[in-house]
Amino acid sequence: MIEIEGLKKTYVMGEELVHALAGVSLSIGQGESVAIIGPSGSGKSSLMNILGGLDRPTAGRYLFEGEDVGAFDDNDLASFRSRRIGFVFQSFQLLPRLTALQNVELPMIYAGVDAAERKDRAAAMLDKVGLGSRMGHRPTQMSGGQQQRVAIARSLANSPGLLLADEPTGALDTQTGEEVLELFKSLNAEGLTLVIVTHDLEVAAQTRRRITFRDGLIVSDDHGDGAAS
Amino acid sequence: MMKPLDLVGFATGAIVAHPMRSALTSLGVVIGVAAVVMMTSIGLGAQQMVTAAIGGLGSNMLIISPGASRGGGGGFVSQGAGSGMSLSDGDAEALKAQIDGAVAVAPTVRGGAQLAAEGANWNTRVEGVTPDYLVARDLTIASGRMFDDREARQGKKVAVIGQTVATELFGDADPVGKRLRVGAVPFEIIGVLASKGQSGFGQDQDDIVLGPLQAVRSRIVGRRVKGDNVQSIFVKAATADDLDRVQEDVTNLMRERHRIRPGADDDFSVQNMASIMEAMSASTKTFTGLLAAVAAVSLLVGGIGIMNIMLVAVTERTREIGLRMAVGARRAWVLYQFALEAVVLSFAGGVIGLLLGIGGAMLMSKLAGWPMAIASWAAPVALGFSMLVGLVFGAYPAWRAAQLDPIEALRRE
Repeated sequence: MIEIEGLKKTYVMGEELVHALAGVSLSIGQGESVAIIGPSGSGKSSLMNILGGLDRPTAGRYLFEGEDVGAFDDNDLASFRSRRIGFVFQSFQLLPRLTALQNVELPMIYAGVDAAERKDRAAAMLDKVGLGSRMGHRPTQMSGGQQQRVAIARSLANSPGLLLADEPTGALDTQTGEEVLELFKSLNAEGLTLVIVTHDLEVAAQTRRRITFRDGLIVSDDHGDGAAS
Repeated sequence: MMKPLDLVGFATGAIVAHPMRSALTSLGVVIGVAAVVMMTSIGLGAQQMVTAAIGGLGSNMLIISPGASRGGGGGFVSQGAGSGMSLSDGDAEALKAQIDGAVAVAPTVRGGAQLAAEGANWNTRVEGVTPDYLVARDLTIASGRMFDDREARQGKKVAVIGQTVATELFGDADPVGKRLRVGAVPFEIIGVLASKGQSGFGQDQDDIVLGPLQAVRSRIVGRRVKGDNVQSIFVKAATADDLDRVQEDVTNLMRERHRIRPGADDDFSVQNMASIMEAMSASTKTFTGLLAAVAAVSLLVGGIGIMNIMLVAVTERTREIGLRMAVGARRAWVLYQFALEAVVLSFAGGVIGLLLGIGGAMLMSKLAGWPMAIASWAAPVALGFSMLVGLVFGAYPAWRAAQLDPIEALRRE
């Protein structure tokens, strides 16, 4: 599903060049669940931004389901983010003045889905994450765990192929964090490809595959079975 | 592709989310548009008032008065009408006989008098005129009849009265045929004028008594007007195109009759109503333009207010913008959303400002007693300009929003 080859990302900071990604090659198959771990500054966030179509690599190739994402223009990237990728962020990133239902509708609005259909789909997604009774609530009226579930429902709105989660439990307590991870697992069990970026090894232990980054390079790629236990 | 209607939803959603702020943001445009609408309607009202005032005197008309015109020629001569008695019945007769294209020549004298009839009293203007006066001043008889030339010359004591006089003295009763004492002199009422209402100068044009020139001159006006002198002569031209030529002929004939040597100043003045009206409406137009320009400056200030708040909003909602981009918003759609927000704010301000401006203009015209006049272009121009202001001043903040880097924006606290 994802094929990357010799991926580089270089920033200019002042007079210095910073190599956030220093030539990364990686392949992720359909339906995998992957944790990307590493200390901050190791390049894992840069990789996630490129995978999600928020950023472009300085060099290298990125194929998503056989399509060359590097050849996309700005508008192609926008619709790529809208239809193929679901984002889940550490700080939820819900719009505070919108209800849960409206937040989930947002990606569908940008994808041009009809008002009636997107309401139905948003309601179904909220049902799926266990918030069917809180559709009219605003983020400020919900707990952190509930807000993250709304964000997950939103990420699923356009039925993406890949779910990208950046420290999804970072702002949650252990209990609700585990519930969110359970939700991810069940989505993955339904066939959704899952990539979680985290520095929390306990979170990483929940996925089948773990890729460790250091200084912009992959230092280990553990496909181990049964490691989740 | 997202649907344009959803963009409108985004824009109005953000506006409704902060009602107080949105109201204050629009206030500048509200005031600007209200000011433009009010100022132009005041200007237009003044213009209409002036036009009505001059038009009310009669159309295609020249007024000949004794004494030189102000500022004309050499010496500083500025005499009010009636101070030098240089006009006479003979002048009027000569004008009537010799000026081609003059449909009416009406010599007049005027004075004030106490009226008494059937125990009621009323004080009013009394004018001594000839039948041509009705033609010159565009007056009509509502009931009874006007006196004829013979009665005017003979000085028969008959009178035609205005509506106000009729009502004040006789109430609802028909005054035709009744006796009327003007000062100490008894007259018979033979007609009532059709109402002309208030003149543009605020004078009640129905508060008048018309009598035959000879009778009024000798019995009412008395010593102020001697012999066969008159205080003014109204000349009405057949058409507006004729007016300038008739004015020239009148001036030449009058100079000849008054034996004024070439180069010497006239001892009379001829006022052309059309040129006075032109000059006055030109000056009120300038005045209107000036007022509108001042008001337009406040509209500009309103636009700057919108830009200011929109820049603040873009900074405040940086994370929202990042999120929108992450879930699939194109840069152009972010641009449209913020530009539309500014346009909606400004347009709403324009609508409210237009209503307030019309309301204010109505109030002003009521208080000042001016005619109510809203320019037909006021609504489209006010609304169009308010949208334009939103677009112009919303463009830069919206562009800033669209230029944000989504990764940076999402990280912003």
